[in-house]
Amino acid sequence: MILVLMILSPIAGALVLGLFGHRKIAPVLNIAFSLLTFFLTLILGEEVSLHGPLIALDENLFADSFSSLFLVITGGVAATTSFFSLRYMTIEAAHGRLTPERTRLYLALYQIFVLTMIVVLASNNLGLLWVALEGATLATVLLVGWTRTPAAIKASWKYFILCGVGIAQALFGTILLYFASEKTLGPGGTALLLTHLETVKAQLEPTVMSLAFVFFVVGYGTKVGLVPLHNWLPDAHAEGPTPISAVLSGLLLNVALYAILRVKSLADGAIHSAMPSNLLMGFGLASVLLASISMWKRQDIKRLFAYSSIEHMGLATLAFGIGGPLATFAGLLHMTTHSLVKSAIFFAVGHIVQTSGSQKIPSIREVALRTPGLARALLAGGFAITGLPPFALFASELLIITEAVKRIPLAVPFLLLALFVTFGVLIFRILEISEGGPSLTAKPVSSLPKLTFFPIWIHLGLALILGTVFPATLYSAYQKALLVLGGPLGG
Amino acid sequence: MAASFVSPPTSPLVGFLGSALLLSSFAMLSMRRMASLVRIFALQGILLTLSTLSVALAAGEPHLLFSALFTLAFKVLLLPILLFRLLERLHIRGEVEVLLNVPVTMVAGLFVVVFSFALAAPISEMANTVSRGLIGVGLAALLLSFLMMITRRKAVTQVLGFLGMENALFFSAINATYGMPMVVELGVAFDVLVGTFVFGIFFFQIRETFESFDLKHMDNTPTE
Amino acid sequence: MALDPSSSFHGPYGLAISLLQMTFVLFMAPLLYGWIGTVRAILQNRSPAGILQPWRNLARLFRKEMILPEGHSPLFLVVPPLFFSIMAVAALLVPFLGTSPPLAPVADAVTLVGLFSLARFAMAMAAMDLGTPFGDMGGRREMMVAFLTEPATLMILFTVSLWSGSTAIPAILASFSKGPLPFHPSLLIAAMAFILVFLGENARLPIDNPSTHLELTMIHEAMLLEYSGPLLALMEWGSMQKLLLYLLLGIDFFVPAGIPRTFALSGLLEGGLLLLGKLFILGALLALIESLFAKLRIFRVPEFTALAYLLSTLGFLLHFVLEG
Repeated sequence: MILVLMILSPIAGALVLGLFGHRKIAPVLNIAFSLLTFFLTLILGEEVSLHGPLIALDENLFADSFSSLFLVITGGVAATTSFFSLRYMTIEAAHGRLTPERTRLYLALYQIFVLTMIVVLASNNLGLLWVALEGATLATVLLVGWTRTPAAIKASWKYFILCGVGIAQALFGTILLYFASEKTLGPGGTALLLTHLETVKAQLEPTVMSLAFVFFVVGYGTKVGLVPLHNWLPDAHAEGPTPISAVLSGLLLNVALYAILRVKSLADGAIHSAMPSNLLMGFGLASVLLASISMWKRQDIKRLFAYSSIEHMGLATLAFGIGGPLATFAGLLHMTTHSLVKSAIFFAVGHIVQTSGSQKIPSIREVALRTPGLARALLAGGFAITGLPPFALFASELLIITEAVKRIPLAVPFLLLALFVTFGVLIFRILEISEGGPSLTAKPVSSLPKLTFFPIWIHLGLALILGTVFPATLYSAYQKALLVLGGPLGG
Repeated sequence: MAASFVSPPTSPLVGFLGSALLLSSFAMLSMRRMASLVRIFALQGILLTLSTLSVALAAGEPHLLFSALFTLAFKVLLLPILLFRLLERLHIRGEVEVLLNVPVTMVAGLFVVVFSFALAAPISEMANTVSRGLIGVGLAALLLSFLMMITRRKAVTQVLGFLGMENALFFSAINATYGMPMVVELGVAFDVLVGTFVFGIFFFQIRETFESFDLKHMDNTPTE
Repeated sequence: MALDPSSSFHGPYGLAISLLQMTFVLFMAPLLYGWIGTVRAILQNRSPAGILQPWRNLARLFRKEMILPEGHSPLFLVVPPLFFSIMAVAALLVPFLGTSPPLAPVADAVTLVGLFSLARFAMAMAAMDLGTPFGDMGGRREMMVAFLTEPATLMILFTVSLWSGSTAIPAILASFSKGPLPFHPSLLIAAMAFILVFLGENARLPIDNPSTHLELTMIHEAMLLEYSGPLLALMEWGSMQKLLLYLLLGIDFFVPAGIPRTFALSGLLEGGLLLLGKLFILGALLALIESLFAKLRIFRVPEFTALAYLLSTLGFLLHFVLEG
């Protein structure tokens, strides 16, 4: 019941905003619907943790502790981003860059995007999961090209084509999986249902499953932004409107990685080799290394953080590849914190770009003088994203490295080097921005209301809590999610 | 696993239609005119319909008849008509610009085919459909469309490559497992339809902004 | 089955059969050429010169005086008879009157391709011998066409030999005669490839126009430009034989039905008539193809031959996937 409601909420939102999105009240409605969705995911999370997995709609929908964790994150970040969108759009409108029609398009697509991600996370049917993830591409592709500048259209075209190609590979993987499972589960509805697949995964044909898994990783990995399939990601992040960069980085990448993890669990059951893990480790490591090299000399601030997203998704992928409770836990924590911190950074960056009218780092250096609040937020976010204690990314990165030392010691020097390079580059750039530029003539123009900073500090605060206190309820939620992915943490 | 069934050999008619589909993928790879590219795409749709029909009859799977009908309506009629109207409204004519010359592309395509056949061989052996040999053909067609997207520069050609990929996927699903569950198939078709509309919107945006469909103009757009 | 008859054709009877085959090819080749020209003329609304025209041309050339260009080497003189005799020998290796001709033990398809290749090489060398620009150009272009048609020819051979496991033509024919010929996608594709190879190898449209001397486009004619009189006649006659031999090979591989298994006299007559029928139909088809297509620009020729290679390889590969 709650599963269906949770999906109906963004559907209703999309319909209402599609009809009334051009009205003045619409951005507030967007917030209302996003909050409602968030609220429903929270209830769902509660239900799942109390009563175990839920199933609905002819077994097509399903939520266990693993997916409900991501549902809550998705609902939450989508809700705070809708707050940010409101401020962002108000300022855009004040600059005269918006028509009511465009606002309507934006808001309706935003709800559809949230819908597709929730369907991916709540789908029990791997075929529907594919359909929803492709839907997420289709919804965001117009959002990325929303500003209609040549660069934006180029970026969204690239995004569309590369992700379309990638996701086609995943469909081939799905076909192969269906091919393998149909033998045991029989043709028809149940052969693509995760719950059924999990029970028979040991009987699935290993050759077919290996091939299917490779196709899945290439396909969904394109959406995660794994190197060498990452080419669309920096452009899409840099050229799209900043709220979209925030949800792309904070949510869509997570959701795609979630899909890979679901398939990996099946593949691990069927294939009695380390192939799936090695594949993930390879992609993860390549992403971390290449992203850190690419960050060098980036002048565009959104592009810089887009590469940082590739790096962090690579780290999480590496963690899941390493496997074992500790690394898996680290991977989950890393994904959670990354979506919180990265979206917070994009919130700050969005306003910074708006006030200075440029994305190039040299020309936004006056921001510290103009709006000190934003500079402070960016600084805090920068510390969090580079993995400085006490933020939770420190904990997860530390765990990942410790586990990597045990499993793949030869890769550790490169991993450490990459992490230090990204650390150095990011900190250097952020200090450059937030300490102010050479022009001392700029006057503080802090016209941003206090409420602007509210989503940023909530996200960073949560990242801080996860890195320090780690409340017992949250801990048990992660423990339960780990149960789905293998085994719980000892102790 | 129960391996008691005797795998039937690929039926000749199904095999022939599959080979023809593979040839049509190569034809798309070698076409120079935009309009003939769309025509080949429609032809591929016809082959897909016939192939689905023949599998349906050879295997006695009535639900595939719906898939065949659907393919006919969607890929032979609707999509090509939409594409032709698009070409007309946007005044797209002329030659497809290629990155690699055609013979080299063809040889690359051959490597792709060998690779896919080798990859699919162990899987085909496990299949018990009347068309099991064609899994490799489906994979090859998929990768050939992929090759087309890599080696072509114009937006419309990339779209056709994209649609060709979808055809190949549909073909693989039919031949490996007699089609995916209906819900999934409909969902995929819906995505493709929406995707085509999004492509259409894109074309207008691209033309407005770049006054050309050659992606090389896009490449000249500074991004950083 | 059926590979042993080699022994039964030793002696005078075998010699007679061989002579019969060679005579048939020698005599028939200009006629077929004339037939194709006639059909083409009719299709293009011209008045045909008649089936016998190539024969008349050859006779005239043989009567003419031979003018040798300055600076020629012995190679220039040796090549025309060599070319002609290679084709005449090849006529012994292709089975068409019966499935296993007397020279069956050497009637390997690869040998045949080797012979054709040798003939081509000789011709190109002779064309370059004088160092004239046209000869050079023709030779170069001929080799350019060949570099992909030859592997394509081999791939076609391998495809058709997959059923017999041997590239000996009698064995291939035997494997096809094991019952009603089933419908094989790979053979169909190989046949398509063969048509392309055929057009390329024999300098037909759309690769080369056999009826013009347009210097910028010609291939085959450019190589023969310096020849005159009997030497030219030998070259032309050899080329006509080559065309016929290719058609016969195509019949062997793709429409073999009706070729008699033995060389009994009654069967020989019936088989011969059937063969003539096939040749005339195929010749007409060739004329039709040539009327439908315009000549390709020369730099598109590699694409054409690449297509032939592609098709032949695809046919080969598909055999394993679909019919294995």
